Amino acid sequence: MADHSHRMGAITRKTAVLAFGFVLLAALPGIAHLMDEPFLVSTFSRVLIYAMAAVSLDLILGYGGMVSFGHAAFFGVGAYVVGILAHHAAEGTTVLGLAGTNLAVVSWAAAVLVSAGVAAVIGALSLRTDGVHFIMITLAFAQMLFFLFVSLEPYGGDDGLMMMGRNDLFGIDLSDDMTFYYLCFIALMAFLLLTRRLVDSRFGMVIRGCKQNERRMRALGFPVYRYKLTAFVIAGAGAGLAGALSANHTEFVSPDFLHWTMSGDIMIIVILGGIGTLYGPVVGAVVFLMLEEFLPLAFDSVGLEGLKEHWRFLFGPILILVVLFARRGLFGLLAGREARDG
Amino acid sequence: MLLFLEQLLNGLQLGVFLFLVAAGLTLIFGIMGLINLAHGSLYMIGAFAAATVTNWTGSFLVGLLAALPITAAVGMAIEFVVMRRLYDRDHLDQVLATFGLILFFNELIAMIWGRPPLFMTVPDILNGTVEIIPGIPYPIYRVVIIGVGVLVALVLYGVIARTRVGMLIRAGSTHREMVGALGVNIRVLYTLLFGFGAIFAGLAGAMAGPLMSVQVGMGEGILILAFVVIVIGGIGSVRGALVGALLVGVVDTMGRAFLPTLLKTMLPPAEADGIGAGLSSMAIYLLMAVVLVWKPRGLFPAHG
Repeated sequence: MADHSHRMGAITRKTAVLAFGFVLLAALPGIAHLMDEPFLVSTFSRVLIYAMAAVSLDLILGYGGMVSFGHAAFFGVGAYVVGILAHHAAEGTTVLGLAGTNLAVVSWAAAVLVSAGVAAVIGALSLRTDGVHFIMITLAFAQMLFFLFVSLEPYGGDDGLMMMGRNDLFGIDLSDDMTFYYLCFIALMAFLLLTRRLVDSRFGMVIRGCKQNERRMRALGFPVYRYKLTAFVIAGAGAGLAGALSANHTEFVSPDFLHWTMSGDIMIIVILGGIGTLYGPVVGAVVFLMLEEFLPLAFDSVGLEGLKEHWRFLFGPILILVVLFARRGLFGLLAGREARDG
Repeated sequence: MLLFLEQLLNGLQLGVFLFLVAAGLTLIFGIMGLINLAHGSLYMIGAFAAATVTNWTGSFLVGLLAALPITAAVGMAIEFVVMRRLYDRDHLDQVLATFGLILFFNELIAMIWGRPPLFMTVPDILNGTVEIIPGIPYPIYRVVIIGVGVLVALVLYGVIARTRVGMLIRAGSTHREMVGALGVNIRVLYTLLFGFGAIFAGLAGAMAGPLMSVQVGMGEGILILAFVVIVIGGIGSVRGALVGALLVGVVDTMGRAFLPTLLKTMLPPAEADGIGAGLSSMAIYLLMAVVLVWKPRGLFPAHG
């Protein structure tokens, strides 16, 4: 019966949750100003950026069953492309014979293309294996890129690279936090729409089939490797765009963007929100970053100052409990049985 | 030439280190099917325990010997509380739960000891140098590390291949239920085995103390290197871990020592320095990529 009413277009629990979430995020700058906490706008820009990275990971993790533990690599590469191009634009120098640029259209496109390219190389090698090999190899390749950027002294090495302000997007003033927030909002919604359509398409069905039974998909005649690699590249490109936005958000890039704990954080966001749901990672990003922001303050205000700096001391065990006992994630709790389609 | 031999020894020593960490990791994966990110935390705990006890007693040996039961105990406690719930779960759950353990242990250590690194000194008796290759005075302590590593490799091989416990372990890895049905308490066996794997990590951590600074997060770098090692060697294979560890140790050390100089013969010095530093830190990952293209399951693929 539930399924029937769903098809009739009746308001289900899932659509209600989604609509509520959409309105909440769309109205957030207004809410923040009403609450007289304008810094929340910038904090939530970060939430949306992380959500985008997490959604891109969910595409391969939740739907393709590819446990990539190096997703921060693509995020970081996207950020560095923007940072490096801006650096050369400021210095008036060239990189690989190309002039630097501050134009968002150019440098964000470059970020997406380069991270897609990196994902193609890493994916092509890593997808030769599966299971625990795949986890370790993606982690190791991400670590390789981390060390590469640490050793790139011309671009700040360990210390990272400052940007002289945000990119120029058709003359729109991105330095305004509210404008930047809505840019991130539009980007995330567009990416969600794209991944939603992708997951529901024939391509998405093949990817999901690979997760359930790769051998069967192969027997059916699908070039499994090519499908998985394509998904991996799309996910890398999405993370790259999130990285480009993140570089603009902080006006700074550093090897920390590619650190393996970043890969871990993105993965936690996916699991916390609900794997194989696409929308779950958005919920996960909100909750994860709010915990990061407010848990230390909460410890402080109840007199547990000792834990203020060490909020992860509690977060670690929470994560273990979520993994052991709450497989559906937060979106699963909110939206009920129909949340997951991965 | 002398410099080359000296670097080769350094590479061997790093390799032995990596073997100690990778052996526990690959053993636990090969037998229990568990990927344990918190293995690096056990390494860190070993180092902190050794440093603290050494500073109390003034004896490095006491510190080292104290670190072993401590890491074993922590390892068995982890197994009892968390790990045994993960054996039947997929790798994603194992990764996440053990990632949670890393967060927990890093903060725990930071709360007890603080973030600044602890320092350990090499005991006087091991402080000199010895010319194992004529013309190269080489620190005794590093020679001892190489010796310990070789000893551990032999003991491990002996236990697994030649003893009754080893036989049960091997049987348990392939036919867990069958071994249980034959009256072996497989749960206890796994807990003990986990403690055994933890001891290796603790031993490596304790021995690393005098060479590297003992600080929060020291386990993660070595953990990822150990992953590279066992991916190259073949996951689950102790022999593969040994070969992989030595390869990675030597390639990494040699790359850092000679790549920048080598590049200077071909490129202008400023560029050579930058590219050399980048390339040498990437060398082992490139090695891994090459091995993968050639043999996707590693050099010595374990059964299954």
